[in-house]
Amino acid sequence: MLGAHGPAAPDALRVRTLNAHQLLRGSDMEGANQPAHLQGTELDRYVQERVLTTTLDKTVAWARSNSFFPLAFGLACCAMEQFHAAGSRMDIARFGFEAFRASPRQADLIILAGRVSIKMAPIIRRLYDQMLEPKWAISMGACCSSMGVFNNYALVPADKFLPIDVHVPGCPPRPESLMHGILKLRKMVQDDPDLGWRDRYDARGTEEVIGSDVKGAQNAPSTAVNVGLEGDTAGA
Amino acid sequence: MLDATGLELIAQELRESEGEQAVIETTFFRGRGTVEIEPARLRSVLERLREKGYAFLASVHGVDHHPHEPRLGVHYELLDMGRVDRITVKVRVPTDAPEVESVTPDIGAEEPGGPQRGWPTADHQEREIYDMFGVVFRGHPDLRRILMPEDYEGHPQRRDFPVGGEPVAFTFNEREALGPM
Repeated sequence: MLGAHGPAAPDALRVRTLNAHQLLRGSDMEGANQPAHLQGTELDRYVQERVLTTTLDKTVAWARSNSFFPLAFGLACCAMEQFHAAGSRMDIARFGFEAFRASPRQADLIILAGRVSIKMAPIIRRLYDQMLEPKWAISMGACCSSMGVFNNYALVPADKFLPIDVHVPGCPPRPESLMHGILKLRKMVQDDPDLGWRDRYDARGTEEVIGSDVKGAQNAPSTAVNVGLEGDTAGA
Repeated sequence: MLDATGLELIAQELRESEGEQAVIETTFFRGRGTVEIEPARLRSVLERLREKGYAFLASVHGVDHHPHEPRLGVHYELLDMGRVDRITVKVRVPTDAPEVESVTPDIGAEEPGGPQRGWPTADHQEREIYDMFGVVFRGHPDLRRILMPEDYEGHPQRRDFPVGGEPVAFTFNEREALGPM
């Protein structure tokens, strides 16, 4: 808040209050209570009541955390509960998460709703790599967290191939649980927008990039899948 | 509905037309008749039953009789849609030569046993049995794995196949499950 920065130089504070004063002046000139006549603590209070300052990072994190775009994607019975979370009863639209996207290029949250077979895992990883950063992943239900009742030769736990940010337990979890998980993620994003998964998982160079960037960097040692190249339409 | 006597009559007919060795065993249990036959006679037995009205192959299953020999079994569930009547045909093969003739393709007039219509519905089901139990269907038009990845090794539904899976890392056994971190 303006005026609350204790050790700031008095001059700087004065300049900022005057700037705020100028900012507010346009609308208040016609009003009866003209702030131009305010001085000292009265002016400070006037500004404090009307101007909010914050850091850009916090604003961006706040905006991001309040509008996840989940990937429209389900694997098994958990997907049914996922639909219900978007339905009218739970209605995650209240928090701004209702825009399920059919393309990973437009999504920033992947919800693994169901069991992941060893045949499906590379496909999911590819979808995740195609998503634009910043991106987050939720593992929903017992199967893709700990493989649940399908703990056998056919499945692989999500943590083995994706950096999962939130695990939602349940078999399947109720829509409330999923909503709670998404809200947990929202809190995480607000507190620490850069979760730094690429460093945590040693995953530099797995980004999927489009077009001209790739052509110049073909010889670079990278595991990225070059979806922008001629003849490869998988990522288009 | 098929009863125990009717099953024996069918078995007797099969013995007469296919040879005394063709029928190995008949079982009637809980209203369902099963006839176990010699694997070499499979196609002609199914064709004979189709002529008798069991013209719909409802499903094909794989079975592992471990530790009994011959270990691997394939069950063909036939349905007579007119009389709503079912019969199960069963063959068993050993694991060292797990070969059964595929019932999927048609048999041409010039080939032995032909001409004979196939059972197209068996296509994917035979692939699944091949995938899960390792029974090789001779003459199948496209015998590949259908569920597991193509480079997968082993046949996971065999009873001596390890169940697999992952140790689950709960809080109390995190160290043992994940190993040194």
